[in-house]
Amino acid sequence: MNILMENFGLLLEALGTTLLMAVVAGIGSLILGVLVTVARVSPIPILRAAAFGYVQFFINVPLLALLLLAVFALPDAGLILPLLPTAIIVLTFYEAAYVAEAVRSGVNTVGVGQIEAARALGLSLGQSLRLVVIPQSLRAVVQPLGNVMIALAMNTALAAVVGVVELTSRVNKVNLVYAQPIEIFTAAGLVYMAIALAIGLATGWVERNVAIVR
Amino acid sequence: MSRSQHYAASFLYEQPGPRGRRRIMIGSVISAVVLAGILGLGLWQFGSHGQLDVDKWTPFTEWAIWQYLFVGLGGTLAAAAIVAVLGAVFGIVLALGRLSKVRLIRWLSTGYIEVARTIPVLLLIYLMLFGLPQLGINFPTLWKLVIPLAIANAAVFAEIVRAGILSLPRGQSEAALSLGMRQGQAMRLVVLPQALRNVTPSLVSQLVSLLKDTSLGYIVAYTELLYRGQVLSAFNHLLIQTFLVVTLIYLVFNGSLSALASRLQRPGRRRTPVANQTLAAAVPSLAAALTTTEKSVTERSVNEQPVKKEPPRA
Repeated sequence: MNILMENFGLLLEALGTTLLMAVVAGIGSLILGVLVTVARVSPIPILRAAAFGYVQFFINVPLLALLLLAVFALPDAGLILPLLPTAIIVLTFYEAAYVAEAVRSGVNTVGVGQIEAARALGLSLGQSLRLVVIPQSLRAVVQPLGNVMIALAMNTALAAVVGVVELTSRVNKVNLVYAQPIEIFTAAGLVYMAIALAIGLATGWVERNVAIVR
Repeated sequence: MSRSQHYAASFLYEQPGPRGRRRIMIGSVISAVVLAGILGLGLWQFGSHGQLDVDKWTPFTEWAIWQYLFVGLGGTLAAAAIVAVLGAVFGIVLALGRLSKVRLIRWLSTGYIEVARTIPVLLLIYLMLFGLPQLGINFPTLWKLVIPLAIANAAVFAEIVRAGILSLPRGQSEAALSLGMRQGQAMRLVVLPQALRNVTPSLVSQLVSLLKDTSLGYIVAYTELLYRGQVLSAFNHLLIQTFLVVTLIYLVFNGSLSALASRLQRPGRRRTPVANQTLAAAVPSLAAALTTTEKSVTERSVNEQPVKKEPPRA
C-alpha cells in the first residue's frame, strides 16, 4: 500500500489520462458510429459501400497495428499530431466501427410498421431516420453499446505501447522501480474493473430509463 | 440483397420515383466527389512527401519480403490456434460452471468471468513480461503472449457458450432427461452440440478478434506478423509502406474469416425437414430424390448409433 501512496499523484494523473482518452474517444466514436450507420442504410449506393468498407477495415485490422501506423509511420508523410490526440483519434475511428455494427443491429430491430407509419405521415427519409428510426435503434442497443464502451476503456491501455503515459504504462514504470508486481498490478486491475463496473452500472441505468417495453 | 428484405433498413424507402431517382443521383455525385476529394487529399499528402515514389514500393514486389512476413503470419496463426483451443476448453468449462447447480462453482466461475473480462490484456502481458520475472517466474516468449490472451478469451468464450445454452429451448434438455439421460449426458449429447452450432458465428467473430489480439506479440517480441513488420521497417526504413502492407495482410486474412462468419449467420443454412418438404412441393421431380436420400441418411444414422447398454443404476 505504501508504494501506491507514495506515487499517488503520478498514478492519479495517469488515471486521468486513461479516463480522458476513454471519455473523448467514447463520445467521438458514438457520434461517428451513428453517422456511419446512417450512411450504411442510406439509399445512396456509394455511401453504403463506403460505410461497409469502413466497418470491415476497422473490424479486421488490429488496433495496435493502427496505433503504430499513426504514431510512427504517418509522420513520414507529414501527418503529425501530438501523441495523446493521435491515440484518441485512432481509438475513436477504431471503436466507431464497433458502434456502427451495434447500432445497425438496432436498426434491424425497429418494427417495419414504425417506418411505414413514418412514411405514411409524410416524413422524409432524413426525418424518419432522425425522429423515428435512430432513436429507437439506439434504445434497443444500450447494452451492446455499453460493452463496446467497456472494450474501449480496456483498449486505452494499448496507447501505452506507443508511449502515452496512461495507467498501464505508469503502473509498469512504478513496478520497475519498486519490484512489487503482485501488489501494484492487482491495484491497477482493480482500478480497471472499477471503470468497467462504472460503465456497466451507467449502461444499466440508461437502459432502465430509455428501454422500450414492447 | 434478397436476404436484407427482412430487415427494417430496406423499408426505409421504396422504389424511388423520378424525383427520388434524381435526388439519389445528386447525392451519389456529391458523396463520390467528397470521398474522392478525401482520398485525393491523402494521396497528395503522401505524394508530396515522396511516399508514393516507385522505389519505395518496389521492395514489396520481391518474394523474399513476403516470405519474411508470411513467417510472421505463421507465428500469428500458431499463437491464435493455441489461444483458441485453450480459450474454448476453459470457456466451455466456465460456461458449465456458471450454469452449475452448485453455488460455490457458480460463484467462482461468475467471478472469474467478470474479472477476466474487465482487465486489459496489456496489463497481464506487462505482468508476465516485467512483473513476474522479478519474482523469478519467467515463461517462454510464446507463453507470455498466449497465457494472458487465453485468460481473457476463456471468459469471452464462456459468455458466448452460455448464451448458446440459454438460448436453446428448455424442451431439449427436458426431453433428454425424460429419455433417462443423466444431467451430464443430456448436456454432452443434446444441449452442448446444438448450443455450439447455434453460436458458431459468434465463435468465428471471436476468432477474428483473438487473431487481432495476437498482434500484442509485438510487445513480448514473439515472432508474429506485426513484430516482423516492425523488424522489417527498422531494417528498410520504409515505415509507411511496411505497416500498410502488414495492415493489408491482416485485412485480407481476417476479412475472409469475417465473411465466413456472416455466411454462417445467414438463416436457413441447415437443411431442415420442413425446408425439404417445401422444396419437394415446389419441384416435384426432386421429391423422389429427396425422400430416398433422407431415408438413407436416417437409416445410416440409426445404424451408426452405438448400442448403449443401460447404465447400472445406483
